[in-house]
Amino acid sequence: MDYAQENRIVLNIYLLRMETGKNKYQSRRDFVRTAGKILVASPLLVLPVLLVKKTNVKGYVWQIDPYKCTQCGQCKTNCVLTPSASKCTHAFQMCGYCDLCGGFLRQGAKTISTAAENQLCPTGAIKRRFIEEPYFEYTIDEKLCDGCAKCVKGCGDFGNGSLYMQIRHDICVNCNECSIARTCPSNAVIRVPADKPYIRKT
Amino acid sequence: MIFAQERQQQQRFPRPEFESGYQTPTHQLLNQRGPMWEYADVAVLIAALSLTSWFAIKKRSRKGILWMSVFSLAYFGFYRQGCICSVGSVQNISLALFNNNYSVPLSAILFFIIPLIFALLYGRVFCAGVCPLGAIQELTGFRPVRIHKSVEAVLASIPFIYLGLSVLFAATQSQFIICRYDPFVGIFRLNAPFTMIIFGVLLLVAGIFVNRPYCRYLCPYGALQNIFSRFSGKHLTITPAECTNCRLCEECCPYDAILPSDDLKKTEPKEITRKRFILYLVLIPIMTIAGAILLYNLSPALSAVNSNVRLAREIRLEKEKGVPALSKSAAAFKESGKTEEQLFSEESVILGRFRKGTPWVGMFLGLSLGAGLFSMTIRKTRTEYKPDQGKCFSCGKCFEYCPIESKISK
Repeated sequence: MDYAQENRIVLNIYLLRMETGKNKYQSRRDFVRTAGKILVASPLLVLPVLLVKKTNVKGYVWQIDPYKCTQCGQCKTNCVLTPSASKCTHAFQMCGYCDLCGGFLRQGAKTISTAAENQLCPTGAIKRRFIEEPYFEYTIDEKLCDGCAKCVKGCGDFGNGSLYMQIRHDICVNCNECSIARTCPSNAVIRVPADKPYIRKT
Repeated sequence: MIFAQERQQQQRFPRPEFESGYQTPTHQLLNQRGPMWEYADVAVLIAALSLTSWFAIKKRSRKGILWMSVFSLAYFGFYRQGCICSVGSVQNISLALFNNNYSVPLSAILFFIIPLIFALLYGRVFCAGVCPLGAIQELTGFRPVRIHKSVEAVLASIPFIYLGLSVLFAATQSQFIICRYDPFVGIFRLNAPFTMIIFGVLLLVAGIFVNRPYCRYLCPYGALQNIFSRFSGKHLTITPAECTNCRLCEECCPYDAILPSDDLKKTEPKEITRKRFILYLVLIPIMTIAGAILLYNLSPALSAVNSNVRLAREIRLEKEKGVPALSKSAAAFKESGKTEEQLFSEESVILGRFRKGTPWVGMFLGLSLGAGLFSMTIRKTRTEYKPDQGKCFSCGKCFEYCPIESKISK
């Protein structure tokens, strides 16, 4: 019996079985399919049971813990957005309102003034306003701030540490994994509950 | 306690007492759109999946699926800016499964599960018209070029490796590599590092010819969809009625996802088939074990993905061989006051977790490779042309090639 002949017989048997509706191959295949269906469907049923205790309805956002931040300046460069969603924030109630401000003035500045060459901020985002002798108020112009954290470092080194970095949630696109968090050397960028999105310094 | 000390240290100047009646302002920090909006996204996801399934199976309308792609690209892509997506949710799930300090957002679970349920019911309708990553490639694949079967088979194994590794890295709290190497999210946001844009644009340019390159050769969620879709209850069919074996659709699929009708003349002797069948059946457990051993031995190398492990190695190198640790993380570590012992014990904990996880990943990879090879040895008797349910994206490009289709619609 040559192969062509054999094949013809196989085909005939196959067609015959198709007609009678009882096909050995077919029913075996159906069994495998059903078994496979159950096998892949079961994780979908088990998963919600496993995760039911670990589910959070409100979700998370990313935020910088100002007490862990080392002002390395990578927030500016590593955010997926340009300019970065992380910006300088001012805790006014901590501020000393100094004339000689470590966050506003460049180190070694000849005079204490708002002249560009004296400012520490590369984009001129800190505004200085006279309140009363000898106090000055410093406010951040967020449109100009690019998150380089130079002022935060200056304020922490020479002042009260009232300037600190925070991720702005009106700008942040809330990546599944924050690319600043991935590279933050002090692991200061953490997930916080979405209903309390800021870690304020007080 | 530690925070309080730090705070005291930094308070160098006393708070001024103003005489002019100046009130200290508070820095206003704005919130996102409400977190509950994510549930609107889930509703859109379900609606889009249902509509696409209807277009693919009931209506048999390529145009409908194409418009669904346009909608998904606009909504999930450009409006919602690509986060959160089902592809990335794999990592949230595995991070939550293996870590107690992370609780996964409900929306991430839903984004993970719902498309898989639809795959089990109607095939890969998620890939067809709902996934924004798929949609951008679907709409830019102008000139399909077919790839040789062997090249295709090798490249198609990458998603499984990608899936295994991304689950491993997420479960060990190391990295979300799927999100890091997401090629199109930068295009959706119109704002990204240049490397991301270059990768995305290169894929899109390649995708003009080799359609849907990310879906076919990279997407880890696609690997899951592939497995689930094989067992789908209903699936898109090439012909609306009975196949006449006219072979007109044979060349039309750009993804090489059409299984041809059997050519009965070409069958080999039964002996050879049976021998091959047994050989590859035996190979499955061997490959599974080999995969486990291989990956287990790779765990020290793989653990370098974790930034703490990298830092610990850098510090150890400095300590033992005198190579100065100059990276920013090393500088931050020295500033933080954490001891080296703490860091090294952290490293060994992470390495231990990798050692626990890698054999399972290896087993998964070995098993899927073995099963893939084995399935090629099964003798099939097919009397019709039908889609390969694992590979078929349910895009509906084959509809118009079927002569029965046009007869019916006329």
